[in-house]
Amino acid sequence: MDVNKNSYTFGFAAVMVVVVAALLSVAAISLKPFQSRNILLEKKQNILSSVGINIDRDAADIQYPVFVKQELVLNYKGEEIDGVAFDVDLQKELKKDKKLQSLPLFISEVEGKTQYIIPLRGKGLWGPIWGFISLEDDLNKVFGAVFDHKSETPGLGAEINQPFFEDPFSGKSIFDGEELKSIKVVKGGAGDDNMYGVDGISGGTITSDGVTDMLLERLTMYLPYFNKIKPNIEVNSVFSAMDSVVTVNDSIIN
Amino acid sequence: MSKDSLFAKKNMKLLSDPLDDNNPITVQVLGICSALAITVQLKPAVVMALSVLVVLSVANVIVSLMRNMIPSRIRIIVFLVVIAALVILVDQVLKAFVYDVSKELSVFVGLIITNCIICGRLEAFAMANPPGKAFLDGLGNSFGYGIILIIVAFFRELLGAGTLYGYPVLEKLGVYDLGYENNGMMILPPMALVTVGVLIWWQRARNEKLIENN
Repeated sequence: MDVNKNSYTFGFAAVMVVVVAALLSVAAISLKPFQSRNILLEKKQNILSSVGINIDRDAADIQYPVFVKQELVLNYKGEEIDGVAFDVDLQKELKKDKKLQSLPLFISEVEGKTQYIIPLRGKGLWGPIWGFISLEDDLNKVFGAVFDHKSETPGLGAEINQPFFEDPFSGKSIFDGEELKSIKVVKGGAGDDNMYGVDGISGGTITSDGVTDMLLERLTMYLPYFNKIKPNIEVNSVFSAMDSVVTVNDSIIN
Repeated sequence: MSKDSLFAKKNMKLLSDPLDDNNPITVQVLGICSALAITVQLKPAVVMALSVLVVLSVANVIVSLMRNMIPSRIRIIVFLVVIAALVILVDQVLKAFVYDVSKELSVFVGLIITNCIICGRLEAFAMANPPGKAFLDGLGNSFGYGIILIIVAFFRELLGAGTLYGYPVLEKLGVYDLGYENNGMMILPPMALVTVGVLIWWQRARNEKLIENN
């Protein structure tokens, strides 16, 4: 048979395309449930990791409800709206107008203390970057942070998912008085006494800047909610302070 | 016609030649793009070498099996379809069953498809040889590619970050206490080119077959 005839060439191309397309579709559809489960477990794992609970991905399903006590969806005014926070897809939300976005918020409890976990998503050098930042119950001090990325440069920008980059976030502050400062990733190093900055990654400046922008943009969206619940938190802390004064007084009297 | 055993001496040369005398990177200067992009650390270099090994060997066998059916005018397109389909398939399976490896690899998938070594071997070898030989040729060339990747990554990670496979070798050896500092330039792409250049220089000075008489 002459394999260089036009009709054969077209026929070969057509058959090849159909066979390959069928093969890949079957593979994609049959593997989809396994892949979705991995992605879901990884999200739970990342949320837990942002409050310092590091576990295997397989254990995430069981451990998640132990620590995460509340899931909220907020609107741009900081009001609670209907919805499942875990299922909110930030990729889609970020494309919407600011006033239409749903803002997921996770509230966890670790060792008797409350943390507010805010999901993040932004742009790196080659593709999306995302993560979770958790705040302590004063809504100012950072409890922990995790980051991940789709396709940052290995060894450079891709290092944002490494502990040496993530760990310095804990203990930093996002507010200077009433003003939201967020946290900057500083090229050349931030210095230990900088409460609003962490060290950048050499050779990963654009990814580092992406993290800075992402944090500022996302935290700004939650400001109305912070302002709304802050008075309550302050009242609570005054109450607990008064409680301790009472015990001190009691102990003096006794 | 007596059929050569697949492991005859002649066929073994298919495995050994690409390691040195006919190395795809340092002699044929193919696949340089990925050699520059992913040799900052050893781990991705090893992962990349393994994935190229799988894709190249299997693609070589598939194309070799079809070599008498492929119309010559669209052969490059056929190669690309075979390579791309394989890469996607491998990626999907990894995502489903070994998620961590797939995260490590995700960036390189595109690079595997565009790796000139694969297209080069399909065109130069698999189109003209039976599947057994094509398989050996695929293995040989992947090893030749992988060995250079690993050597370059070894030096870049050691000198640039002071670690090997993520393990802080220099810190444990106490080299920093003597005043040594990591060379930040090693982690930037140009130094990969320089490292490959030094390798080529060293190889040509040592291997007599590669010395050109002019």
